[in-house]
Amino acid sequence: MEKRFWNEYQKEIADDHFFYERSCIRQTFFPGSEAAFLRILRNELGKDICDNPHQHTCTGIGYHSDVVPFETTMTVVARLFSLMTECGYENYVPSCVTSFGVFSEVIEKWENNPKLLEQARQYLWEATKREFNIPKNIVHPSDVIYKFRFDLKPKMKYQLVNRFTGKPLRVVEHIGCHYAKIFPERGIGKAEFPYVLAGMIEAWGGEVIDYPERRHCCGFGFRQYLVQENRGYSIANTKKKFQSMEPYEPDFILTNCPGCNMFLDKWQYTIAEMEHKTYDKEGYGIPVLTYEELAGLLLGYDPWKLGFQLHQVQSEPLFNKIGIAYNPDEKYKGISGRLLPRPARPECLRQD
Amino acid sequence: MKKFGFEISKGRQLNFDEMKSEKVEKLLELVPSYKWCIGCGGCTAACSAAGFTDFNIRKIHTAFFRAQYEGLDEQLNQCMLCGKCLLVCPRGVNTRSLIINMRRILANVDTVTWRPQRELKSKNEGGNNE
Repeated sequence: MEKRFWNEYQKEIADDHFFYERSCIRQTFFPGSEAAFLRILRNELGKDICDNPHQHTCTGIGYHSDVVPFETTMTVVARLFSLMTECGYENYVPSCVTSFGVFSEVIEKWENNPKLLEQARQYLWEATKREFNIPKNIVHPSDVIYKFRFDLKPKMKYQLVNRFTGKPLRVVEHIGCHYAKIFPERGIGKAEFPYVLAGMIEAWGGEVIDYPERRHCCGFGFRQYLVQENRGYSIANTKKKFQSMEPYEPDFILTNCPGCNMFLDKWQYTIAEMEHKTYDKEGYGIPVLTYEELAGLLLGYDPWKLGFQLHQVQSEPLFNKIGIAYNPDEKYKGISGRLLPRPARPECLRQD
Repeated sequence: MKKFGFEISKGRQLNFDEMKSEKVEKLLELVPSYKWCIGCGGCTAACSAAGFTDFNIRKIHTAFFRAQYEGLDEQLNQCMLCGKCLLVCPRGVNTRSLIINMRRILANVDTVTWRPQRELKSKNEGGNNE
């Protein structure tokens, strides 16, 4: 009975031949994640995924900040679909949760209002002389990793287990609002029981923490933070989550949304500066990882190639708990092999 | 501290575990009908003082129960103790007694002798001078 009902909370995820669309902000704040996703899909799983260099924004940030009108967003989305069509793909994988929400919304509107679809085709043709097909399958990359989580497990060098105690690592999972709160049926577990990240954690040996504010927004929310004076509201949301998770002593936070990832990571520094408060016992802060970084880390990829040195909260204590090998001398080594200047150390957050 | 151009907004979420309820317990002891209130607002509608000031019994009642005492004493002093609220209450809450006792509890007055505790304390410290 339980299994039958759970089937209703699943979604269709394509098996192969994906068209990848990169995120605007992830490449700045978590620059190794997208490269790790492509590497995992191509090298570990042997899948075909297209990374087209002509792609561009989905307008998500501007759209949700009321700067970009829907007609513009719809036409920009149509151009992205035309790139996919041109490359001969039908399965669209947008890296960002906001993009995933935007595509889901645009397609929903096209399905319910064919005139809008005609309008989008007309606008795109007039502007670029391009045509497009609507993707057969749109999924978020976290859905793809979730689908293949048990295929990846035998290839992993490490597990989510504390090597000193032998107990599973305790993980807070945070899912972006635009993943399943706008269109619940498009998320694994829908909006009620989101399981996309929890499934990965459980499959790879960790323990998911169920804390009171688990489903609370991270505070990103576009309009909330765009104006500097309003950011007090944004950070108050994040603080509420940290206060709620603090008694459960999480080893790290796992997210699938660029905004959540950024805010849960960076606001820890801001709160520490403002209130001299960190939400772990030792004063390091709680590391915030993307699901690609976590998968890459467990598969044995070099943490510095995954971009861990660019996080606000540094992850060395987590590496030590899992037993991940890393060379501290190579932390700030550039691709050319030359050592880059070290960033300033914050006084309020501990770093090794 | 570095200047960020904003501060962390204070949440308005109430955590009853963190609230000290001695004052509420004292009020319930003195005016047991306090807990019968259903928040209908009849008292506030009938209030004479509310026509001239921002006095609002229902609001004060809720704030006191939530242990949000800031500024309540000033609010309570606007009541003229006319007792119209007492007449309209459908639950028979002794609203006038409620207001008098809220004033006394907030002013830290000894509710047995109705003398300010500060005064009593100084007299007790003075020994047999009386």
